[in-house]
Amino acid sequence: MEGLVTSSVLALTAVGLSLVFGVMRVVNVAHGEFFMLGAVSAWFVTQAIPGPPWVSFSVALAVCPLIVAGLAAAADRMILARLNYDPEATILATIGLLYVFQQAALSFFGPDARAVTAPFSLRLQFPWFGYSGYKLFVILAAVLILSAVWWLMQRTKAGLVMRATQMDRTTAQAFGINVNRVYSSVFALGAGLAAVAAVLIVPISQAYYLMGGEPLLLAFTVVIIGGLGSLRGTLLAALLIGLSDGIVSMFFSPTLAKIIATLLVAMVLVVRPQGLFGAKA
Amino acid sequence: MAAVTLLQARGLTRHYGGLQAIDNVDFDLAAGEIHALIGPNGAGKTTFVGLLCGRVAAQSGTTHFAGNDITRLSPQARARRGIAYTFQITSIYARLTVFDNVALAVQQTRPVDLRRSTLAALDRVGLADRASQVSGTLAYGHQRLLEIAMGLALQPRLLILDEPTQGLANSEIDVFKTLIQSLVPDKTVLLIEHNMAVVMELANRITVLNFGKVLTQGSPADIRANAAVQAAYLGADHAAH
Amino acid sequence: MIGHDRKIWALHLGLVGVLLALHWVLPIYHHTNLARIMVLAVFAMGYNIAFGYTGLLSLGHALLFAAGMYGAGLSTHLFGWSALPALGAGLLVGVVMAAVVGALALRTKGVSFMIVTLMFAQAGYLCVLYFGSITGGDEGIVIAPASRILAGLDLSAETPRYLVAWALFGAGLLGNLALVRAPFGRVMIGMRENEDRSQLLGYDPYRTKLVVTLVSGLYAGVAGAAFALMFGYVGASFATIQYSILPMLWVLLGGAGVVLGPFIGALLMFYLIDISSSYTTANLATIGFALLAVVLFAPRGILGAVRERWLPWLP
Repeated sequence: MEGLVTSSVLALTAVGLSLVFGVMRVVNVAHGEFFMLGAVSAWFVTQAIPGPPWVSFSVALAVCPLIVAGLAAAADRMILARLNYDPEATILATIGLLYVFQQAALSFFGPDARAVTAPFSLRLQFPWFGYSGYKLFVILAAVLILSAVWWLMQRTKAGLVMRATQMDRTTAQAFGINVNRVYSSVFALGAGLAAVAAVLIVPISQAYYLMGGEPLLLAFTVVIIGGLGSLRGTLLAALLIGLSDGIVSMFFSPTLAKIIATLLVAMVLVVRPQGLFGAKA
Repeated sequence: MAAVTLLQARGLTRHYGGLQAIDNVDFDLAAGEIHALIGPNGAGKTTFVGLLCGRVAAQSGTTHFAGNDITRLSPQARARRGIAYTFQITSIYARLTVFDNVALAVQQTRPVDLRRSTLAALDRVGLADRASQVSGTLAYGHQRLLEIAMGLALQPRLLILDEPTQGLANSEIDVFKTLIQSLVPDKTVLLIEHNMAVVMELANRITVLNFGKVLTQGSPADIRANAAVQAAYLGADHAAH
Repeated sequence: MIGHDRKIWALHLGLVGVLLALHWVLPIYHHTNLARIMVLAVFAMGYNIAFGYTGLLSLGHALLFAAGMYGAGLSTHLFGWSALPALGAGLLVGVVMAAVVGALALRTKGVSFMIVTLMFAQAGYLCVLYFGSITGGDEGIVIAPASRILAGLDLSAETPRYLVAWALFGAGLLGNLALVRAPFGRVMIGMRENEDRSQLLGYDPYRTKLVVTLVSGLYAGVAGAAFALMFGYVGASFATIQYSILPMLWVLLGGAGVVLGPFIGALLMFYLIDISSSYTTANLATIGFALLAVVLFAPRGILGAVRERWLPWLP
């Protein structure tokens, strides 16, 4: 159960990272900060909206990803587009963004971790064990959103345009696709997914200005093991890593588990750049 | 002429997907000859010389150079053994000076005086007075000459030139022809060339490549008289062979 | 580049001379700062040799700096070594670490190389935390005063500290200058500019880059070791990603592929943070905005622009 919650949140975050890399060839180092901004803005929204927790939380779930997506779109227009999406320059720029966002959160939100109340505290009680209803909701929501993303990419015109741009930017441009708009939308969508994941998890964990590092690293792990830019591989890897996370930490200390995971990612890139589940090239 | 074989390729094969770019080609180069490789566009000429200099890995077949098996050697190892290659699409260090471009080749030969040797190598192609110019700002013809100067400066035993006269003015082509003729029989030259006048004037032997196979081989006179070559070039009858 | 030898050596020796003269001129606050900047500039020179000249965009140089730092710090702390062998140990650990990481990471290119180096450095940082009983973890280790005496010079005192930093900087700068002006320096630049071409001129990209990584590790290692001994402290914060980003930022700001770039970048960035922190505590944002500004508006850095406009002979 814990494993599935981790997997769900991880899948949302990693799919966002993977989409951005797949379509735009941009390695977004600030992705973890979009996650953090999602959680932090959820705290502000739930504080500002009066009424029962489920009302303020619903508003946060709807509004925060949009705020973060808007911010991402602006960053794309103002920075990434001006770098002409050069892979190395964009990495440096997103590192710059990472620092700026972290500082913004530190200045306006403060150095403390703060909790957001769960929208409901339903507990499904079975004779021999119980489930937290909220955790079930997180899993369900993640599955729904991921299905929507899949549907968007595979079944709609917008998805077709994105995939065409992914295949060949120049040709897409020649066919009259506004590549700049596609890139901005993809970057916003990727950041929005990270923010959704963060809003969902924030009642379970807490909002904190340095919370972006962990999901970034995990999302990288997932995306690289699943194969850079492959959505199916990303989902599979998220499931695998989320579930194994709990098991691994029973045997190893979390730090050792992280050391093994980072070295594993590095070695996968050295030995098998297409990822463990990646198709040919 | 009982020529010594410098390079010997046997059964070289390379395909991309289902497409046979080079199909089981045998090929010999005699030491000291100027050998031209011709054929219609898409015949596999660039892929073939790529196999010889190591830029393209062979899927089967062997290559021997000066008696040694070089089939598994990297391009840099082949270059150190004396195979120099000049690119079809000019590939110079565009942001470095003309001097630095050629010095990179010259310093491989460990000269006593790098500066003097580099200037001498530039002088050979008439670029010495442009030594401190940034090479990307050279006129196209001069960039081609620089490319050749880099190949020559390695003091190779075999110089492979991929369409060296493309885009050159007639006067520049004359300079080029004189230069190439001055290289043999000390060095061996393999030339991919579309300009038939250059081929007929320079080459001792010509190999015609078509659809990844050797169509025919012979002296310039033989090739001129060969009906199959004409068919391949005119595209009138692809089933000729 | 042909000629200009005298100008080039005069410029670089001149800077080294000026920095020595500043020892007697600077007020104490700036005196300490400059000693710090000179050592950090040596670290950045190592980064510049890899990134600026050879095009190896590493995001993991903190690992090499920390390797030198812990190499020196732990050998004083655990074995009671004195400063000179500890400095040697730091240098050696830096080079060995560079060899291990380089041998693996250099099999990748471009974006993969960046991520692999980032991951290795992250693993290194986590190892420092995991072996906290030895490394002191987050709290770090304070180096005993007795171990901070380098060949009779007490590095905890202002004067010897500045002079040792200066000597290290001078040696690093002139060594860097000699390296990039040697035939091998041309090969490094060749790899950055056109790897394909270099290969067909007979240069092995992997071997060239590995040698460069070792030299870079030597610079980073010795800088880390000297920093530990001079300021008497070794801590996990020096292994964080921030210490991979900072040398990159200094090099980008000062001018990648210019010998003087790392020093200029480190100097400017140090004082930019120093001055801005009297108005705001938002140091992270200063780093972030500086990085964005350089990437967007000055991709060649300060001295890169100077070279382009006025001094084409600047090495």
